[in-house]
Amino acid sequence: MFLRFLLRRVLYVIPMIFVVTLVVFSLILLIPGDPVLVLLGENATAEKVAQLKEQLGLDKPILVQYADWLAKAVQGDLGRSIFTGQLVSEAVFSRLTVTLQLVIAAMAIAIVAGMALAIISVYFRSRWIDAFARLISTMGVAVPHFLFAMILVILFSLKLNWLPATGFTSIGESPGHFFRDIALPALSLSIGGIAIITRHLRSALMETLDADYIRTAYSHGVTRWQALFRHALQNAMLPVVTTIGLMFGNTLGATVVIETIFAIPGLGQLAVGAIMQRDFTMVQGVVLVMFVMVIVINFITDIVYALLDPRIEY
Amino acid sequence: MGFRVVFRRLMGERLAFVSLMFLVVLVLVALLAPWIAPYKPDQMDVMNMMQPPSKEHWFGTDELGRDIFSRVLMGAETAVKASLFAVLIPLCIGVPIGILSGYLGGIVDDLFMRVIDGIIAIPAIILALGITSALGINLWNAMIAIGIVFTPQFARLARGQTLQVRTEHYVEAARITGAGTLWVMARHIIPNIASPIIVQASFNLSIGVLVETTLSFLGMGVQDPDISWGIMIQQAYNMINYNPWMILYPGAAIMLTVLAGNFLGDGLRTALDPKYRKDA
Repeated sequence: MFLRFLLRRVLYVIPMIFVVTLVVFSLILLIPGDPVLVLLGENATAEKVAQLKEQLGLDKPILVQYADWLAKAVQGDLGRSIFTGQLVSEAVFSRLTVTLQLVIAAMAIAIVAGMALAIISVYFRSRWIDAFARLISTMGVAVPHFLFAMILVILFSLKLNWLPATGFTSIGESPGHFFRDIALPALSLSIGGIAIITRHLRSALMETLDADYIRTAYSHGVTRWQALFRHALQNAMLPVVTTIGLMFGNTLGATVVIETIFAIPGLGQLAVGAIMQRDFTMVQGVVLVMFVMVIVINFITDIVYALLDPRIEY
Repeated sequence: MGFRVVFRRLMGERLAFVSLMFLVVLVLVALLAPWIAPYKPDQMDVMNMMQPPSKEHWFGTDELGRDIFSRVLMGAETAVKASLFAVLIPLCIGVPIGILSGYLGGIVDDLFMRVIDGIIAIPAIILALGITSALGINLWNAMIAIGIVFTPQFARLARGQTLQVRTEHYVEAARITGAGTLWVMARHIIPNIASPIIVQASFNLSIGVLVETTLSFLGMGVQDPDISWGIMIQQAYNMINYNPWMILYPGAAIMLTVLAGNFLGDGLRTALDPKYRKDA
């Protein structure tokens, strides 16, 4: 039964991949000015232009180009950067690990801080803690990432001089340096997530704690803490799982900004550079990989949700 | 539900009311900025660079001696434009697609929804960057990109609502009595799916400002002679070692605008709720 559910989900995702690859691919069509002319300069001879077009496969009909590109992409060949000649797949995957470390750190902060804030504010029902939780969940979605990042840099790098404002060390190289370098970027990246998780979990917990079965549990001598952790949290977490899954795409997108500010050599920085240079093969590659990651995470979220919720029938 | 009823309820929501007033003032500032700004926004004064706030320069001056207060006022125009585009393009393109898709169902629906699900999976900021770079980097293309990015979400929202309304008795009754598709949509579907769409549109006022300032901050949106709060922050960022407070004013402008849009959205959601109670 579960296998059939999985299969159905997979079958649903496949046409989506076609749609998006087509969107990603057609972005080149929109680019004003011939990419070949961008590459060779305006004074290029017609002969040279034709030659390069043939070399890049740009002389073929657009659907043939798309089919060629897709066939190669499936095999992991995303072409070469039209500027540096570097393999796109190589550039993308070397930077992917950096971005993933950043995104995972940010998501971890968001989940831990968001859950803690929601649980504490519900548990203590204190006016101050609750006001604080609400402030965070309101402001967190109103402050753009780049602004929050700069405020953190001003506070922790310029004023207090505790943490570096730029740079990145991979966790494999030196865990200590990794945590020092990743702290500010990950925190800047997590603010939106903290806000959203706090808001959703807080209202879900409040609703669950009012349910009849919790009152029954109290009457059986269950403490507040037990009611919250053993009973309410399990049910309240369900909608939050979906929220966390959806957060991934936003966090990944925001790395574009955060990596630029903190000079982190990740996928986001690669994307901005490639877009500025109109390196279309690189743009296609980066966007494709980001998109596939979001699809995969959404897919996993669906599965996890189905596993957690006993009401869902496969 | 009449417009007056909703408006009266909205007035009862204090935060939403204040937010609405703020947004009205913002639009007025955007329209009148060239006349009310005390200085020309690009008027340099190298003798008075990076001055702290004073009687002459309420918010101080930037690294070229330009008056920050005047520049914040002028930046409102870009923010308002971004908000409008983030609402109007999805309303004019996304909502009709969603209604058609939900109402007609079948293959049309399948096709539209696959495309939309696919596009939604691309992170918004990446899609916006891609579109602006493809169209060419300038103010208008950034606005168009912002609008396109949020179109699929509105289509999905409108479709979901249409699916619910479509099976209501009054819609079926209208259909049975021979009403045409267009008439049913205009007379019965649109008025009944409007509430959640209006609420989402209000939140989009905020999101438009967030995306626009982010694009401009990255140098992929509004370009220099034009003013955006995002560009002001980016320029202030270069001076962060000397004068960190310069990010404060454009930063506060962004935050207040976004908060106003969000609070208005919350208020509208309450005011448009059919189960509305004064004490709720």
